Amino acid sequence: MKAKVGIDERGLRHDGRRPDEMRPVSMRVGVLANASGSAMVEFGKTKVLAAVYGPREPTQRFMVLPEKAILRVRYHMAPFSTAERKNPAPSRREVELSKVIREALEDVIITSEYPRTVIDVFVEVLQADGGTRAAGITAASLALADAGLPMKALVGSVAVGKISGTLVLDVDETEDSAGEADMPVAAAPDLGLITLFQLNGVLTEEEVNRGLSMALKAIEQLVAMQKSVLRQSYEVVEE
Amino acid sequence: MSVTPFKLPVVPALKRQSYLNLYKRGVREDGRSIRAPRQLEIKVGVLEKAEGSALVRLGNTQVLAGVKVEATSPFKDTPNQGVLVVHAENVPLASPMFEPGPPDENAIELARVIDRSLREVRAVDLEALVLRPGEKVWNVWVDVYVLDHDGNLFDASMLATMAALLSTELPDFEELETGEVVVKRGTKGRRLKVDHSVVTVTTAKVGNYIIVDPNFEEEVISDYRLVLSFDENLRIVGAQKTGSGGMRAEELQEAIKVSKEASQIYFKALEQVRGGGK
Repeated sequence: MKAKVGIDERGLRHDGRRPDEMRPVSMRVGVLANASGSAMVEFGKTKVLAAVYGPREPTQRFMVLPEKAILRVRYHMAPFSTAERKNPAPSRREVELSKVIREALEDVIITSEYPRTVIDVFVEVLQADGGTRAAGITAASLALADAGLPMKALVGSVAVGKISGTLVLDVDETEDSAGEADMPVAAAPDLGLITLFQLNGVLTEEEVNRGLSMALKAIEQLVAMQKSVLRQSYEVVEE
Repeated sequence: MSVTPFKLPVVPALKRQSYLNLYKRGVREDGRSIRAPRQLEIKVGVLEKAEGSALVRLGNTQVLAGVKVEATSPFKDTPNQGVLVVHAENVPLASPMFEPGPPDENAIELARVIDRSLREVRAVDLEALVLRPGEKVWNVWVDVYVLDHDGNLFDASMLATMAALLSTELPDFEELETGEVVVKRGTKGRRLKVDHSVVTVTTAKVGNYIIVDPNFEEEVISDYRLVLSFDENLRIVGAQKTGSGGMRAEELQEAIKVSKEASQIYFKALEQVRGGGK
C-alpha cells in the first residue's frame, strides 16, 4: 500500500478531503435529446451518464408483467473510461452491478401505472475514478424523474470506505485500490429505506453501523441537490 | 441487461398470508423457528478426480462444489501469490427456473459474493500457492454447482466452497528443464492452507419478520434478502442486499444480530469438516 493514500497528520486524505467529505458533485438533467429522461452526474473525476427510455412496448412480446412495468437496467463502462482500455463486452462485474442498480431503483418507481410495458435505464460510465455505481444510481434516479415517471422518492448513493483504519466517504479510485473496505449504499431518504447495500472488505459491526450513518447523511444531501436541480430545470418562467 | 424477474411462480404469493400467520407464532411451514436454518449436511471428498469436493444439503437445497488446481503464471501485480477463482453454475437440472446457457446475473452474483467474502479476509493463503516465485503458481478453481434449488443458494454454496477448500489436497508436480511444470494428476501432496473459516448467513424480510435461511417459496415472497459474511471472529467480511425491497437501518442491525447467532451452526459444521480430516 502506498503510504500517501492514508490519512495524514492533519486528518486529511490524499486529495485534501476530510474523512466525511464528498468530492465536488455536479448534476445536470435533460442532457440528451432522444431519451425520455437523462442526467449527467459527476463525483470528482467520475462522470456517469444515465438515460431512460419508456415506458414502451417490450422488444420481446413475452417480456411483460400483467400488473406492472418491467424495469431493465444496463450498467456499462465506456472503453475509454479507465486507465487501461476496458473491453466493451459486459464483464461479470457489470452484470452484477446492473442487477444491484436495478434493485436499488425498482421499488421507488410506481411501475403499477404502466402494466405490460418496459422501462429501460442505461447507465454509461464515461470516466471511472471510483464510485461509479453510486454516481450511476444518482444519475439514473434523476433521469427517471426527468422522464416524468411517477416515483415514490428519489434515490441517492455513495460509498463508504476504510483507509488505514479510518472510515471515509466517497472513496476515489486511488483510495479504493489501497483501502481495506468498500461499502456502497443507496437510499431513498424520504422513505427511510436503504435500496442498495454491499460490503467488500472487512469491518466490525460498529464500523458497519457508523459507515451506514455517514452514507445516509451524505445521501440526504445528494437527494436535496437532486431536487434542486430538477426544480431548476422545470422552472416555469412567468410571461 | 438486468430485467425484473417476470417468470416467478405465483403460488408462493398466494400462500404469503399463511406464511405470515405462522411467523407470528415464531414458526415456519416445516416446523422450525424463524431464526433456525434447515437441517444441514456436509459431505467432503465426494469426487475422486477433483482435488477437493463437497456436497452440501441445506433442507432440500443441494450444492456440489469441486476444486481443481492448475499450474499457471501469476498476475503481474502479485508475482508471489497464487490465484483463487470462484465460479457458479445454476445447472438446469436444479430448478424449473434455470435454463441452459452461460451464467445469468444470479449465478454471477452468487459467485462474486462468495469470492469477495473469501478474498478480503484472505481465507486461503495465496502466498502458500507459489511453485516458482514470479513464474509459476497454483490457480485454484472453485466451481459451485447448484444441483437442487430450494432457496438460500448463498449459504449452501459458501458452505460447499469452504468444505471443498478444506478438503483440497494439492497434487505433486514436476519441473521440466524447459521450465514447464507438469502436474501429476491423481497424486496427493499437501493440504491447501486455509487460514480462516468464512460463512454467509442469509436472512429474508417477509412482512415484518426477519427469517433465517429462507426456502425458495420464502425467497419469492420476501421483500429482500440480506447476505452477511462472517469470519470465525465474527467480523463482517462481506455483505450483499439482494432483491428490490428497501431495508430500514434498524432491520440491518437486527439482521446482523440474528445472523451472528445462526452463523454458529454453520461454523460448527465446518469445524467438523476441519477436524474430520477428510
